[in-house]
Amino acid sequence: MSTVDDPPLLSVEDLRVEFPTEDGVVKAVDGITYEVGRGRTLGVVGESGSGKTVAAMTVLGLTRVQGARISGRVIFEGVDLLGLDEAALRRIRGNEIAMIFQDPSTALHPLYKVGAQIVEAVRAHQDVSKAQARARTIDLLGLVGIPDPGNRVDDYPHEFSGGMKQRAMIAMALANEPKLLIADEPTTALDVTVQAQILALLERLRAELGMAVMIVTHDLGVVAEMADEIAVMYAGRIVESGAADALLNSPEHPYTWGLLRSIPRLDGPRVERLEPIPGSPPSLIDPPSGCHFHPRCAYAQPDHARIDPELRPLPDDPSHSVACLLEPQERRRLWKEPAS
Amino acid sequence: MEVRDLEKHFPLTRGIALARRAGAVKAVDGVSFDVLRGETLGIVGETGCGKSTTARLMMRLLEPTAGTVTFEGEDITHLKGGSLKAIRRELQMVFQDPYSSLNPRKTVGSIVAEPFAIHGLHTDRVERRERVQQLMDRVGLNPEHYNRYPHEFSGGQRQRIGVARAIALGPKLLIADEPVSALDVSIQAQVLNLLRDLQREIGLTLVLISHDLSVVRHMCDRVAVMNAGKIVELADNDTLYGEPSHPYTRELLAAVPGARRGQGDRAA
Repeated sequence: MSTVDDPPLLSVEDLRVEFPTEDGVVKAVDGITYEVGRGRTLGVVGESGSGKTVAAMTVLGLTRVQGARISGRVIFEGVDLLGLDEAALRRIRGNEIAMIFQDPSTALHPLYKVGAQIVEAVRAHQDVSKAQARARTIDLLGLVGIPDPGNRVDDYPHEFSGGMKQRAMIAMALANEPKLLIADEPTTALDVTVQAQILALLERLRAELGMAVMIVTHDLGVVAEMADEIAVMYAGRIVESGAADALLNSPEHPYTWGLLRSIPRLDGPRVERLEPIPGSPPSLIDPPSGCHFHPRCAYAQPDHARIDPELRPLPDDPSHSVACLLEPQERRRLWKEPAS
Repeated sequence: MEVRDLEKHFPLTRGIALARRAGAVKAVDGVSFDVLRGETLGIVGETGCGKSTTARLMMRLLEPTAGTVTFEGEDITHLKGGSLKAIRRELQMVFQDPYSSLNPRKTVGSIVAEPFAIHGLHTDRVERRERVQQLMDRVGLNPEHYNRYPHEFSGGQRQRIGVARAIALGPKLLIADEPVSALDVSIQAQVLNLLRDLQREIGLTLVLISHDLSVVRHMCDRVAVMNAGKIVELADNDTLYGEPSHPYTRELLAAVPGARRGQGDRAA
């Protein structure tokens, strides 16, 4: 965790994002608070519809669509990004904070050369000549491990493989040496061997360039590999957050337990049966009352349907927070209990 | 089922009016293996390795370029018409994407009943409805939802509909092509447990095709690793994951992220 005298690079406070739809108001993000320290990696884990992508996109003002209601604060280097107008935001987006997306094959324009698209990103924020921008682009492609970048710079996206396209997207994101890189499911569309290469690349770049990374994914394996801190989202809220090792080794929230137990593992003994989380993720238009997880929670008590738990630090580890109504001793006992 | 020297080449053509053969994609390039009665065989590999094409050849949704597929002693490689239809009662498939593999304009009841309609079984309306509701109950769906449409179900429930349809005719061999990769993580375990229960109860033989090495390890007795249209390694589960012998298998296993997740102070 970042120390007290070193303010975090990004600090999000009580962020709420709502979208009115025909069926009702979707509370995509329902009051979340988190920090990303300089040079640190935060992993945001959640299922589809947990609000993780909306939470990430709102940092860059990408959810400012007609009718969206956004409140809270997004403090980046002392400035509240939610208060900025579009022009000011554009100077930060792609410059100080960059983003890469899940599907690299739809994120690149098919009719422009890969190099030209990266040149565009360079020149959008830097006053350099075309030749200089091209030289920088070739450097960037080399940095992200594209072989023979001097020639591949003139390739079209269809001439790149999926992994190479994601490398090109990362090169574009790095064009202006951002302080924060937001990666939304950066490896979900890729094969496992390519995924390992991309994760290793992100890790290397983070170490070399000192940038912070916020990685948004449904894959606990990916965050276990990458993250210093982890935030688990469920139904628009953070239900548990903390240092990666603490959260993975002594998870506190029954939803986190469910995620860890329901996925088969490559290491450890083979289990006879997986322990699924019953039911399915809730609607964000009309989420369950009280603890949003209570209808799927094996340990829910009757009053959990009324009381809405707050995300609170653990008494013995203030860096680890959980939003659960069970008593801490009870939770520890339940987690250590062998699977039935 | 025995598969011998199976090949499927897709021709690459050039030109429009007078298309010439310009080469071939060797999607499956000489694959041989057996599927033993009652076992779960896993086929793993990355995109484009030929695993789905292999599944389609086994199902005879595609006709192989060369090689043979033998099912219960009968060569089904070149079956046509009625005899192919008959064999399809024994071989069924569950597809990857529960959003595109169910007809959105049909009710769940008629989707699950379709195999009966095709094979002219349970022609009595009441009886057919009863059979369908039993199947829905069997896969964990509420039988009263018989008249609902696919869009009213979640991804995991839709995959259960696909499973109900696949087991409707009581097949001997079920091929599941990436049955959980389109599902949310908390739902995957529900579908995997269902497949396992069905296998035990009705003695299904299961072929599970997946890119996910952890899922295959959990489910399968034996595992075949495919790369570039060929099986590079075929071994029983413990051997393959414990002492992989092919470098490609080792590379795949090493690439899986997250070795440190959730270890430590929980009783195994």
